[in-house]
Amino acid sequence: MIHPIPSGTRDVLPDEMRELRAITRALLEVYEDEGYGELWTPTLEYEEVLRRASGAAEPAYRVFDDHGEVLALRSDMTVPIARVVASRYPTAEPPLRFCYTAHAYRAVGRHRGQTREFLQSGVELVGASAPEGTAEALRVMCRALDATGLRDYRIAVGDASLYPALLRGFELSEEATSRLMSELVSRDFVGLEREARALGLSAADTELLMGVPQLRGGPSVLDAVGGPGAEAVAGLRRVLELLDASVADRIIFDLGLSRGLGYYTGAVFDVLDPSLGTPLGGGGRYDDLLGRFGRPLPAVGFALAVDQLHLALAERDVARTSPDTATGERNA
Amino acid sequence: MPDLTIAVPRGALLGGTLDLLDTIGIDTAPVRANDRRLLFEEVGIVTMRPSDVATYVEAGAADLGITGKDVLREQSYRDVYELLDLGFGTCTMVVASVAGDPDPAAEALRRLGVMRVATKYPRIATEYFERTGRQAEIVEVKGSVELAPLTGMVEAIVDLTATGTTLRENGLVIREELFTATARLIANPVAHRLKAEAIDALLGRLRAR
Repeated sequence: MIHPIPSGTRDVLPDEMRELRAITRALLEVYEDEGYGELWTPTLEYEEVLRRASGAAEPAYRVFDDHGEVLALRSDMTVPIARVVASRYPTAEPPLRFCYTAHAYRAVGRHRGQTREFLQSGVELVGASAPEGTAEALRVMCRALDATGLRDYRIAVGDASLYPALLRGFELSEEATSRLMSELVSRDFVGLEREARALGLSAADTELLMGVPQLRGGPSVLDAVGGPGAEAVAGLRRVLELLDASVADRIIFDLGLSRGLGYYTGAVFDVLDPSLGTPLGGGGRYDDLLGRFGRPLPAVGFALAVDQLHLALAERDVARTSPDTATGERNA
Repeated sequence: MPDLTIAVPRGALLGGTLDLLDTIGIDTAPVRANDRRLLFEEVGIVTMRPSDVATYVEAGAADLGITGKDVLREQSYRDVYELLDLGFGTCTMVVASVAGDPDPAAEALRRLGVMRVATKYPRIATEYFERTGRQAEIVEVKGSVELAPLTGMVEAIVDLTATGTTLRENGLVIREELFTATARLIANPVAHRLKAEAIDALLGRLRAR
């Protein structure tokens, strides 16, 4: 008999479980070697507590408990860890380093092949500000990805404060600012161009507002941004200076990168692999989030989607064992 | 093998899309020569229904795609980047109903407090009637929307029209215009970063044309 399970969930059977476990173990070994302590938090939290992090992914699943309290399934681990830091480490000397392998839950659209329940592996570095903290997060992330055997990945790096700073420089109305930001977040460059032209700024300024978020590439793209965006760009440059070549070579600056979640305040990153159509992880700085839980500390973190990482590694293995490559390797 | 794979819409936008690709030096001869084949790997083109373009591009099955703004508005939840308004394939999204006075849709709204509307664009239609404060029961159909009001199944339709000829020939008139839609170039979010140079080069050629 076949008994259904909710769409966007799945059973993992022993063969696959062994492979997933090998990935999470490799990641965890790196985190622990870098001084990150593993933790667990409850899958269910009070919805009211999760809501303190406005701008985070909305919890998609809520239940009433037997006392009528509203509980929610966490949508990521960043917010629960912010709660842990405020309530369990109220006076501990920063920086604090935590890592996790945990399931999180998000809403899915109908017939879109999305997952409701997904396994994340990541770290949070609390009390380490930019640029050193950001550089550490990037370094640990690359070392962890390398340990799984992933080879061709790149890290897109942008800054969530860059475009808001540019807009502040032009002293735009709140309405115009929110219209431009909404086009940027949805990555509609046609809409962004329309809204920028509607502002009636000089041709050069309009070009700046339209052009900056479309810049991607090596460190030279940072040179194109001056004026009110200079500070955010200088921050990215300082991060780059702290990185070893092995990490720096993987970085693609993406000045339009904003990531959907509203709590990011500085550098943000996406992990990209050529075999996947969506980023397999990402993260960034969230310097205001801890303050909302009562322990104002700068912080940075990343989360990797273990299932996506598994798919990317499987693609690599297929490529490696395909007849052409196999012959090539023998000849070599 | 070309650096980029482009999802090309079959149907009304096909001609304009192929002409455009020709002007920027992409060889479309194999596509023009065979209207049953779907995959043209040698020139980096895959062909599909316009409403599937955003699906393939979002999944990374194509790096770039060309489709109408109507499709992108209906599927606004898709994670694709909209890069350029290509300016061709101009159409208008309209509300239409059977010709005559009074408008049967307005009449239904007045007498019953609700109008029934058939469409291939349920999200656009729902959002439009909510925004304009009218109670509408949306009926999703897959093709020949004009048939729905003629058979009495609904009082109005929301559909895309280029010239209005099909509407007129079926005795329907345009009552309201929602927006105009043109063909757009979209990109997969990962390809947009990993293949930035190739994509920007293609964008440059499109802008310079």
